[in-house]
Amino acid sequence: MSTALPVLKAEDFTSDQDIRWCPGCGDYSILAQMKKVLPEIGVPPEKTVFISGIGCSSRFPYYVNTYGIHSIHGRAPTFATGLKLTRPELSVWVITGDGDALSIGGNHFIHLLRRNVDLNIVLFNNRIYGLTKGQYSPTSVEGQITKSTPMGVVDHPLNPISVAIGAEASFIARSVDSNVKHLAYTLKRAAAHKGTSFVEVYQNCNVFNDGAFAYAQDKATRDDATIELQHGKPMIFGKDKDKGIRLNGLNLEVVDLAEGKVKEDDLLFHDEQASSTLVYMLSRLRRPDFPEPIGVFRAVEGETFETAVRGQIDQAIAQKGKGNLQKLFSSGETWKVGG
Amino acid sequence: MSTEAPSTSTKTVKTVSGITVRLCGDSGDGMQLLGTQLTNTSALAGNDIATFPDFPAEIRAPRGTRAGVSGFQVQFASHEVHTPGDTLDALVAMNPAALVTNIADLPKGGLLIVNEDSFEDKDLKLAKLKVNPLEEPAMENYRLIKVPITRLTKQAVAELGLSVKEADRCKNFFAMGLVYWLYGRNMDATLRYINGKFGGGDASPIARANEKALRAGWAFGETIEALGQSYNIEPAKLVPGTYKNIIGNQAMAFGLMAAAHRSGKEIFYGSYPITPASDILHELCKYKNFGVCTFQAEDEIAAVCAAIGASYGGQMAVTCSSGPGIALKTEAMGLALMLELPLLVIDVQRGGPSTGLPTKTEQSDLMQVMFGRNGESPLPVLAAQSPSDCYEIIQEAWMLATQLMLPVIVLSDGYIANGSEPWSVPDVSKMTPITITHPTENNNPDGSFMPYKRNELLARPWAIPGTAELMHRVGGLEKEDGSGNISYDPDNHQKMVNIRAQKVANAAKLLPPQQVIGPQSGELLVLSWGGTYGHCLTAVQNAQAEGTSVALAHIRYLNPFPSNLGEIISRYKQVLIPELNMGQLRTLIRNRYLVDAVGFNKVKGKPFTVTELQEKIAELTKSGSRNASHSKAS
Repeated sequence: MSTALPVLKAEDFTSDQDIRWCPGCGDYSILAQMKKVLPEIGVPPEKTVFISGIGCSSRFPYYVNTYGIHSIHGRAPTFATGLKLTRPELSVWVITGDGDALSIGGNHFIHLLRRNVDLNIVLFNNRIYGLTKGQYSPTSVEGQITKSTPMGVVDHPLNPISVAIGAEASFIARSVDSNVKHLAYTLKRAAAHKGTSFVEVYQNCNVFNDGAFAYAQDKATRDDATIELQHGKPMIFGKDKDKGIRLNGLNLEVVDLAEGKVKEDDLLFHDEQASSTLVYMLSRLRRPDFPEPIGVFRAVEGETFETAVRGQIDQAIAQKGKGNLQKLFSSGETWKVGG
Repeated sequence: MSTEAPSTSTKTVKTVSGITVRLCGDSGDGMQLLGTQLTNTSALAGNDIATFPDFPAEIRAPRGTRAGVSGFQVQFASHEVHTPGDTLDALVAMNPAALVTNIADLPKGGLLIVNEDSFEDKDLKLAKLKVNPLEEPAMENYRLIKVPITRLTKQAVAELGLSVKEADRCKNFFAMGLVYWLYGRNMDATLRYINGKFGGGDASPIARANEKALRAGWAFGETIEALGQSYNIEPAKLVPGTYKNIIGNQAMAFGLMAAAHRSGKEIFYGSYPITPASDILHELCKYKNFGVCTFQAEDEIAAVCAAIGASYGGQMAVTCSSGPGIALKTEAMGLALMLELPLLVIDVQRGGPSTGLPTKTEQSDLMQVMFGRNGESPLPVLAAQSPSDCYEIIQEAWMLATQLMLPVIVLSDGYIANGSEPWSVPDVSKMTPITITHPTENNNPDGSFMPYKRNELLARPWAIPGTAELMHRVGGLEKEDGSGNISYDPDNHQKMVNIRAQKVANAAKLLPPQQVIGPQSGELLVLSWGGTYGHCLTAVQNAQAEGTSVALAHIRYLNPFPSNLGEIISRYKQVLIPELNMGQLRTLIRNRYLVDAVGFNKVKGKPFTVTELQEKIAELTKSGSRNASHSKAS
């Protein structure tokens, strides 16, 4: 099977459309990594579908030479669900943003995750509304000055990873637009997962919210400001790998490894199949008190929605036989009028 | 245990051509079941039938109150009937609330059967009555039969050792038995129902109790002197064939399945529960072995969007709702129009605005489905005219949707959705195919694929994911004709708006011309649409029989109008448009044909009566002059 397949390249997934994102936008990096990993995933362009909502990130489908729908605001998960239910063999990606997925589309987002439809959702989180030119989003931080909040944001932001855990998503990950290796790895992991794979990407909007994730992007700060989650490994971070995360009662704490009092074995070891309570605790780790985790928070296997739905159809056919329309129409109480 | 079902009465039997009976009681009294059984039994007897179930929005409104009254009206006859009847021959009232809320529709001399056990002081209080209505002098106007239904039912089932509550629940079957005796109905079908529902044999005390109550009711009719005679209604002369009784929502589901069969597709049905549309979902989800995929979404928007996703994948995509849900779907309907993908959108209308009257009928969503989207966004709109027509019209809609590549809206309403009539069971082997092609090759000389390259009907190719070389992206942004690339070019936008409008106009080429019932020209044309067909037809036929120059044009295609409609309208001196709204079709007709059409409008959550329509026809034809353009129905 694998020998017969032609070798795909990034160019095979490049459409002829001019890209219209602002120069310097983090979206370019995500697009580049996506086009890099798609050939490695091995699904041909004609069996791949990108579905987006509305927003800067949602222009994404136009730039990949696959099938695609640029739909309406917040609803991409629903189109993807309908498509996947009827064409389970397709590889479906949902591209969305923080406003699209968490504000207008919050309802569909949680229902997609709880159903565990086998598709991949990539949320470009830039903590701002870009396409409408700079209003605050549901992930904007408290106090953030935006075009619609001249005195600062008063909303409490949503944490996309926490929401995903609340909806019992089976695959949850976070990456950073400029961390290309990590991003490529994360996208591949998402594609390989059977079920809904949710990936939050810290993405810089250099026009309306420049530097929102500088701490996670800059080489000088990122090792101290983030921690890479690795399955089965102790949670160590810092430029000099001298800090760790330890579970203390029902709380996580940062410990210093350099002093030698705390050993690696005392640290929390990351487990992608850990209880959702522990994963939730990880999702709450925030600067400046904690490094922010990147990597795969959770990856658990479960039945996918389309498998269950199609399974009932197959079961009904097995039990009753393939439906016969004439038999159905003629069933029940009927009477004949002469002739 | 069972004794032979008595089938003939020893009393006098009078043959009549038709009977209209209304059964009403508390919403927990099982009136809808009683009505459905009487309907099926009458259909099996070969009568033509039309029904009108009428129930409150609350599942269990406070017991015994007026708000909790549930009714079921049925007309069965040896001649053709198109309505559940204006005036009642008989009214069965199970409690005081049911009596006082329905007695106005029983004419003098009508038969009134009441459960006298439920006219105690506490029952009167629940119905907010100070005086027992059975003791009012007005009762002398009716042939009142007071039956101790509760007591007699308890006696009939006594030996089965049921609880008081269980025994009490059988009283609708006692009432049923009495009605069956009165109209010479055969009990076999209902006995089959009881055994099927509650279990056959002696093992099921509930089944036996219901059977005993039914037979006791029958025997009561045969015994009491107050009922001197029973009635017989001969079979109707329907077109030869095999018939079954069908409810509008079931016919809609069957029509979808027929459309899927004819086009070699499987149904994807995305919906969110809403009255009075949910029964289509309930029906379709039973047919998974036909490949039907039903998806109960998280909301109305998700329901339609999932359907659009399925359509992009090449499936037969359907979404369905009522007015409030359609309002939520409008943005997505605009997207489907822009993507130029086939989609069926069913609107089972109910009383509005807002939550309105969920269980009552109205025709007030016409403007919403015509114009309720942003931008220049016309879509074909079709409307079913009767319960069985739901089966036909949804197939026509699917033909249009696939031949033109666009969403098509089908209007039904609460009256035909829950109403029933005989349906001629179709011969599946004689169905004609609906041909759909999905391209597999490029359509451009330069080897590229043009997703918006059009055929002679202006339809674009329905290329589906999985097809090599035809990868393309669709979206809600305006697109260049042909290539489908995003385009903000002014001339292109004008061109695309024109094309999308012309595609809808092209639907008229695929549909038959408008038919007229009655004289082809003359004094008055009654122009109607949707679920009012039966009432309008009956009123027009009655007026014609009286020598009035009146014809009926009942429109099933509301956008585009049939190509010959303007010419038809021009042949009559006056046009009357009766609608269960404040004049929505009239506005469209006046706008399109510049005709001074007269309206007859009613929004009471109820169908028209034939009488009020006939009075309006008489008023217009007798005066001979054009009246004010709007008048209110009674």
